[in-house]
Amino acid sequence: MNLQQKSSIPERLFDGFNYFFMALLSLVCLYPFYYVLIYSISDPRLAAKGIYLWPEHFTLSSYTQILKLGTVPHAFLVSTEKTVIFTALCVYFSTMFAYLLTKREMLYRKLIYRFIVASMYLNAGLIPWYITMRTYGLKDNFLLYIIPGVINAFYIILIKTYIEQIPSSLEESAQMDGAGFLTIYNRIILPLSKPIVATIAVYAAVGCWNNWMDNYFLVNDPKLQTIQLILYNYLNQATSLAQSAAQEAGSTMRVRVSPETIKMTITVISVLPIVLVYPFLQRNFIKGIMLGAVKG
Amino acid sequence: MITDQKRISRQRYKYFLISLPFVVFVLAFSYIPLFGWVYSFFNYSPALRLSQMQFVGWDKFAQIYAERTEVYRVLKNTLAMSFLTILTAPLPMIIAMFLNEIRQSRFRKWIQTTTTLPHFISWIVVFSLAFSIFSSGGLYNSLLQLFHLDVPMIGLLGNNAATWFFQLGLGIWKSLGWGMIIYIAAIAGIDSELYEAARIDGAGKFGLMRHITLPGLAPTFFVLLLLSVSNLLNNGFDQYFVFYNSMVADKIEVLDFYVYKMAWLVNDYSYATLLGMLKSVLSLILLFSVNYLSKKTRGESLI
Repeated sequence: MNLQQKSSIPERLFDGFNYFFMALLSLVCLYPFYYVLIYSISDPRLAAKGIYLWPEHFTLSSYTQILKLGTVPHAFLVSTEKTVIFTALCVYFSTMFAYLLTKREMLYRKLIYRFIVASMYLNAGLIPWYITMRTYGLKDNFLLYIIPGVINAFYIILIKTYIEQIPSSLEESAQMDGAGFLTIYNRIILPLSKPIVATIAVYAAVGCWNNWMDNYFLVNDPKLQTIQLILYNYLNQATSLAQSAAQEAGSTMRVRVSPETIKMTITVISVLPIVLVYPFLQRNFIKGIMLGAVKG
Repeated sequence: MITDQKRISRQRYKYFLISLPFVVFVLAFSYIPLFGWVYSFFNYSPALRLSQMQFVGWDKFAQIYAERTEVYRVLKNTLAMSFLTILTAPLPMIIAMFLNEIRQSRFRKWIQTTTTLPHFISWIVVFSLAFSIFSSGGLYNSLLQLFHLDVPMIGLLGNNAATWFFQLGLGIWKSLGWGMIIYIAAIAGIDSELYEAARIDGAGKFGLMRHITLPGLAPTFFVLLLLSVSNLLNNGFDQYFVFYNSMVADKIEVLDFYVYKMAWLVNDYSYATLLGMLKSVLSLILLFSVNYLSKKTRGESLI
């Protein structure tokens, strides 16, 4: 209250400008998403003439067309499946390894930790990576999306820092009661690490959902295509897709789809999961990056 | 006592043994691929075993020199993008300071939530959004028409002269909000007594920003700056791959893209491997250098 009395004219001008500038910034970040959304639910002909604020002649025809097409829903399922499995495994095993690395009595602990941290800074390059994955039999294999990233050095550093703050008394008393390693990990460490685990789960899930390079370079099997790559392919050849959609729609005369609308629709579909989970998980980010700042 | 010691020594091995599979895993996915670097010295062919491949020694290094005009152009693009990004590095810090001056916490949270969103989408989606706005039939052109302004012949996506700045802008759009978070966290960590003391000394809003907040953020800024220097050669691949088109090709080909091009489009696998290896090794040298610099100047290491 004191502050407001003291603010001078330049300060009040600054405040006004500040609010305006921040609102503008927010708009610049959000509007492209909104634009794509209203385009995808507008009549393609009216949309092509230019829409700015709200959908023109609301229609979901492009969505129903894409659902009928089969490839997009299937890719969406593949992406969902890989993201769910990857996130669960990555969080479970990275946390377990991080927990092991907090054990001071462990043999060669420091050496192992350095070995893990150093792996973050190594990058073999495209061709060696490709050859290695192929040698491991991961080419055209669903496991390619899951296995290589399950143990993540960066996550391990974050989780380890967190677990080190947990008082060891709980663990010790469980040990006295004869609890084994897995019991202690599952029943005590994992539940107590919930905040950092939630943060890591978001990183892992978003990263997995958005990843497409493994798909692009190593998976040709159409059954294993992810939504990101489907979107990329359609962006580069939307015309042909719109044609096939139009052919399938042939019987219903009224339905019109344009290449642009198809692109927008697939974009909306591929962003939707992120936008949906985003607000619920956003509060964890600061916590996570704070921990990262300590060591990162 | 004896049983306790026994228990601890048993645990020494127990934890080590449980860790072993994880260590093997990291070895397999982070270290084993490094052996692929030997292909830089052979004529790699996918059909052959290493023992059957022709050893070419330093020939591939000579190839870099032979293609020096091309390599020079790629390096120019790489460094241009890196330096432009470093030049804009203060932006997230400054905007985080501005955001901190906003008193309404709900508005502040809204700004933070919305500006962070672009960080969480893939470059493919960014391309799609950019295409819907900047392509010839996109929003930007139809807005120009709406106000009866001249529509440029070439859209931004195909504008060769503007490529670097357009890509820089996209990079800022995607990373600004995320970059702000670390500064917002750092501001929260500044001792509030400092503000109190400065206020008593008569400092206004601007005085506090300049003399308390800004110096409080300087260490964070410095660390991030050093890290970005160590990443001079790593622009990333996604962005330049998805925004690539023939009209902007000569300006958008950065090192990561060039490695991909030589491998996937030209099929010169050994040359691509060599380039990737040199990039990694140089990046490591840069990292150790800035780390050394950091130790000397701040007494703290980065890694």
